[in-house]
Parts: sequence; structure tokens; C-alpha cells
Amino acid sequence: MSSQALSQNNERFEVNLGPQHPATHGVLRVKLLMDGEYIVDAEPVLGYIHRMHELMGENRTWAQFLPNMGRLDYLSALSYNLGYVELVEKMAGIEVPERAEYIRVITTEMNRISSHLLWFGAFVLDLGGFTPLLYAFTDREEILDLLESVTGARLTYCYYRFGGCYNDVEDEFLSGCLAFIKRLRARMPMYHNLVTKNVILRQRLERVGPVSAEMCRKYGATGPVLRGSGVNYDVRKNEPYSIYPELDFDVPVYHEGDSMARYMVRMDEIEQCMRIIEQAIAKIPSGPVMAEKVPKMIKPEPGDYYHAVEAARGTFSIRAVSDGKNQAYRMKLRSPTFSNLSLFQEASKGMLLADALALMGSLDLVIPEIDR
Amino acid sequence: MAGYFTNILSGTKSLLVGLSITQKEFFKKPVTLQYPWESLEMTPRYRGHIQLIKDPETGSHKCISCGMCQRGCPSNCITIHSEKQEGVKGKVLVKYELDFTKCSLCGQCIENCKPSAIEFSKEYNLASTRKEDFHYDLLKRLKEQK
Ligand code: SF4
Ligand code: SF4
Repeated sequence: MSSQALSQNNERFEVNLGPQHPATHGVLRVKLLMDGEYIVDAEPVLGYIHRMHELMGENRTWAQFLPNMGRLDYLSALSYNLGYVELVEKMAGIEVPERAEYIRVITTEMNRISSHLLWFGAFVLDLGGFTPLLYAFTDREEILDLLESVTGARLTYCYYRFGGCYNDVEDEFLSGCLAFIKRLRARMPMYHNLVTKNVILRQRLERVGPVSAEMCRKYGATGPVLRGSGVNYDVRKNEPYSIYPELDFDVPVYHEGDSMARYMVRMDEIEQCMRIIEQAIAKIPSGPVMAEKVPKMIKPEPGDYYHAVEAARGTFSIRAVSDGKNQAYRMKLRSPTFSNLSLFQEASKGMLLADALALMGSLDLVIPEIDR
Repeated sequence: MAGYFTNILSGTKSLLVGLSITQKEFFKKPVTLQYPWESLEMTPRYRGHIQLIKDPETGSHKCISCGMCQRGCPSNCITIHSEKQEGVKGKVLVKYELDFTKCSLCGQCIENCKPSAIEFSKEYNLASTRKEDFHYDLLKRLKEQK
């Protein structure tokens, strides 16, 4: 911060950033203490859309808590579905047929692409570019149509079940996915020419909003934020689950730690998702999509259970304590963007307001997931 | 000073690249529909609110009023009203209340229903200013549906 901005004579003032209304999802209120154009302190104010998801998990049966998973991060709901069903399968010792595992990975990765595409559009919109949003939405629309044809929903999916998937996918879905990947591959250079290589974007992102690996550790930031700060950590590689060990993909890591690095991580991740889906479709076996023996009423052995998955925004993990009943004794949901947002207060100190908005956009926040 | 001119040059270039892309897109076919004049067909698996299935043999429903759907629902949307009727084995459904304002379209009720008496409808054009409009009686709805 310049000494001018810090001088005593300059009056500081407070600004409320962002609207807040309980009926609008995805808005965040940040209380800013400003000194001219510079941020002295930024305090995110949460709690407006708190829906007590954890408590809900403790007063309904394991199966009844399933639909809540679509309402945390509504942009990559399938990762959350996956995390929860895998946890319960771990607790109850349910084996999942292989075809179901492949379907889960294919649909989750499609969902990840759609989430990154939406972030891409919204992020560029935050920076003042409107057109890329529409292009990203055209592609995302294709994914939503595909996922709708198997899950029956466009956003709040509730597709996985303990022991498999709700229903099987048809060959049209798989060929549709391949056709979509072909289309997106052809469109990626367009995105890079239009946005990534754009001088204005580069100047607004490069060396702006640096987040060090140290800071990520301090606040528990994960996902693209952590990987943009040079730490190679991805739950799919570090604590593999489902069939990820059998698939060949890379984890994009950038060392700069600035907003551009986080941007590039997500753009590269889209490419990796496409690789994963192609391999999974090539290998998908036939067979049942539901385990044969799934108990009607699940009553896991008493104990403390934990499972983590890599969601589009970072590590999503659940800790559930069971006391042998058909409900959880304690349900703790760890959502990635809550931790990612936590570093904003420290990282934005002394930044220009417009730069701080670029930083915030690059964190890829989904408010209903921060405020559960 | 040299940086000043290269900046102008590279800025102009990236502007032109962007413009050429948007221009190309400008001449492509629109992907949007003119709703409400045009609308899309829902996919067969689309999850609208639940409804009773009409049994083609009897022209009625298959519900045995067991209440499993009501018990399985996470949000307590369903209330089954049934009564004993003379000459009929088991209970007879007289009213199937669904409070759609609370429904999360999860499908637990459908999975819990042994005789497969309910399914997802394909309704999606639902709008009202009164929440009472979304308190359905599915049995009445089935009867009106000729
Ligand atoms: S779909 Fe789910 S929330 Fe809706 S009535 Fe059925 S069980 Fe209840
Ligand atoms: S709809 Fe199905 S589950 Fe519900 S009461 Fe009727 S038969 Fe039972």
C-alpha cells in the first residue's frame, strides 16, 4: 500500500460490498474498510442463508439426507453426492458394482466441466467481459442436457444411491458425452484466444492477488486455489477413491499463486476432465448398476467415519459419527469454499478494490456451500 | 517508451482477435428458444412433482395406502388419507396430499413404493403467487385426468 493511502489525514470509510437477500442464492456480503481505493480490511459476513444442513443430517435417516447433497454446491452437486454415498458405503460395507463406479466418475467429471465453465463465464463477467459468459453457457447447456437425460435434473442432482446409481445410462448418453468432448476440444482454442490471451485480462490477473502456499495451509484452502499456489494436492491422487487410480490424468499445478495461476489451473482441469471421461467411456464394463444386497434401513456400526472427495472447488469431506442407529449422531460437512474464502481477509489487505474483486472471482465461491 | 508502443500494438491485436471471434459467432444459428412460444420437450427421466400412475386395466391407481412413501419422505410432504370400506380388502385411498412447496424431488417416495403406484410427472410450467396452489390432492388430480 502506498504511504499516501496510509496517511493519517485520509479518512477511512466502510463499504458494504455485494447485495444480500435471502431469496438470492450466490450473493456474498463483505464489509470493507476502505482508504480511498485501497482495502484496509475486508470482513466476509456470513449466515444469511444458513440452512442447518449438518443438523438436518442428524435428524433424518441416512437415505433421507441424500437430497441435501445437491443443495450445498449446486454447481457441482454430483461430487457431493459422491462423497456422501461413498462415506455411507464405507460405513455399511456396501460393495458397488464396477459399472456404477464408471458411471459415477463420468457424470461427476462432466459436472466438474460444467462447473468450471460456469466459473469461467462468471469470472470474466466479474472482470467486465460479458460475451465469454454466453459462449461458456452454450457449452454448459450441452452438459446439463446430457446430465438431465440420465439424472432427471439439471442442477440439484440426486443420482447416486448407496450401492450404485439410480438408473443405468444408455449408450446415447455415452456417445453424447464423446460428441460433447469433441465439440469442447474444438472450442477450447477459441476460449484461449478470446480470453486467456487477451491483454486486458492478463494485466488484470497476472501478479494480482498473490496467495502463497503458506497462506493456503494456514486457512486450509484446497482445490484450484491450492494448486495455483504450487502445491500438488488432489484428493483423486493423494487419497484415491472410486476408480480414479485406474485412470491416467495429470494434476495441473501452477507456482505463481496469482489470479492468473488459479485461472489456468481450472482451464487445464477442463482438459484433464475430458481425458478422464474418454478413458472411462472406453473402459466402461457392462453389468448391474446397483449392488444386490443393500440393507433397507442402514444402521452402521458405531464409530467415527471420514471420507473426502475432490469437488470442483476443492476437498469436500464428511465426518460422520454413528451410534448404531439409523441416523447420524454427528454429521460434519467440510466445504472447500469456506476455507478458500477465509484467506480473502488476509490476502486482500492493501489491494485495490478492483483487484480484490478479481481475487475473489478467482477463488470461485459458491455461497450456499460456504453457508450450509 | 518502447513498452508504450508495444502495449498499444499487442492491445490492438488482442482486440482484433476478440472481435473476429465474436463476429464469427454472430453469424451462427441462435441456440435459444423463443419461450413461451416455443418450448422444449422434457426428457423421459425428468423429475417433476409426483403423481399417481393410472393403471390401464382398472382405470384407477395401484396405491394400497401402506404409507411407505409418507414415511420415506425427508421433508414430510406427503399425507395419506385412507379408510376402511365395506366389501373391499385393505384400506382405500381417499386423499393423497402432496405439499409440493417442500418437495425436493428426490424420489425417495417412488423408490419406497412397493406396488409402483407413483411416478414423476413432466410438469414444469408451474407458477403461482399463492402457495396453496401447490398443495395437491393427487387422487383428485388422477380422477380429473381423463
Ligand atoms: S420426491 Fe422426495 S421430497 Fe418429494 S414427495 Fe417424494 S420423497 Fe418427498
Ligand atoms: S403411493 Fe405407494 S408407498 Fe405410498 S401409500 Fe400408496 S402404495 Fe404405499
